[in-house]
Amino acid sequence: MALYNDGVGMAPSDLDHEEWEMIQDIKVLLPGFEKHRGNLIPILQSIQEKHSYLASTAMEMVATHLSITPSEVFGVATFYNQFRFHPPGKHQIKVCLGTACHVAGGDIILENFERKLGIKDGETTPDREYSVERVACVGCCALAPVAVVDENVQGHMQPSKVEGLFVQFQIEREREEREKAEREASE
Amino acid sequence: MIKLIVDDKEIKTEAGNSLLQACLENGIFIPNLCFIKTRQHPHASCRLCFVEIDGLDRPVTACTEKVREGLVVKTDTPTVRRLQRTAFKLLMSGHPCEAKVCPVKGSCQLIRIAKHLKVGLNPKPLEYIDREVEEEVDLTFFTYYPYRCVLCGKCVYVCREKNGHNLLTFAQRGFDTVIGFFGSAEPVDLPCHGCLACATICPTGALIPKPELIKEAKMNP
Repeated sequence: MALYNDGVGMAPSDLDHEEWEMIQDIKVLLPGFEKHRGNLIPILQSIQEKHSYLASTAMEMVATHLSITPSEVFGVATFYNQFRFHPPGKHQIKVCLGTACHVAGGDIILENFERKLGIKDGETTPDREYSVERVACVGCCALAPVAVVDENVQGHMQPSKVEGLFVQFQIEREREEREKAEREASE
Repeated sequence: MIKLIVDDKEIKTEAGNSLLQACLENGIFIPNLCFIKTRQHPHASCRLCFVEIDGLDRPVTACTEKVREGLVVKTDTPTVRRLQRTAFKLLMSGHPCEAKVCPVKGSCQLIRIAKHLKVGLNPKPLEYIDREVEEEVDLTFFTYYPYRCVLCGKCVYVCREKNGHNLLTFAQRGFDTVIGFFGSAEPVDLPCHGCLACATICPTGALIPKPELIKEAKMNP
């Protein structure tokens, strides 16, 4: 008897489409790995490489394959910074908490983003628009505190700049919607 | 049998025992939190069981030291006490002690250690760190209080010994570390049958059994 959900017999509508894809993929991927507990991290890495995060269903399938408990898989995965458990958002925000940024108040900037979006670092907003994570040094300590928003480095961050970024995103979104509406109207 | 001298007193013990076990069996208390006698490789993670051995230039943890014929050991030198007090204060800086409401106050290992080291249960002169952990976590047969947990790892070990696989595990890292069952299974589907080995061995009252549920499980196995 399977104690844990292995995704078998579930229709795509029952699950998030992304997660469904991940499960199908893992079914193909797992037989390629020997059933040895030493393979746990390589398996998790290859899942994340392809899908950019680990869903809990995925971790349970890995546990079944290696004959270890889901608890153990979760324990190992949460220990390492490299694994994430939420899909990345459309806009990815990385806040630097390296030494220079830490001294310059990087944690305040992180808290600003977290409070503004109502999520913690490592999480994604429910609408999948934004994800926030902490990183350790992006290599431009002279600009501390630094945040990297969608590949753009934002130096000398301040709480007001955090607000400004979201205003910009808002304007962008409104423009996209307007253009979409105009296109539809002209068709 | 092996003879050794601990605090000017001769004690006897079986070969192969650890120094800590030999002392505890002979009524010599050495502070410890993570030691389990059956564990083959001691964790040595609590850093409380330091002793000084004649011929070694610095203190060693008694749990990792095997007994040898003629060892001369001191358990209460100023150097040892300094190390132990510091380790203890570090533990207490993440363990708010509320002796008045604590369910294990009578048998708390931390209180025993504090008395032995002649220090208070507060972290002074260190600061108290407010760990960002949940107040309590429901683990079906027992409740876990993360802020009371000193992460000695005894429960994780006995759970694996008793059940053959890890139901209880550590998760996260650093100050965020907690123990628990993880996965999306509903609590009733968990393969935990309430053996309570973990709650029994917990030295700090971080795992408290729910008596009503255990009675029920025994009646309807």
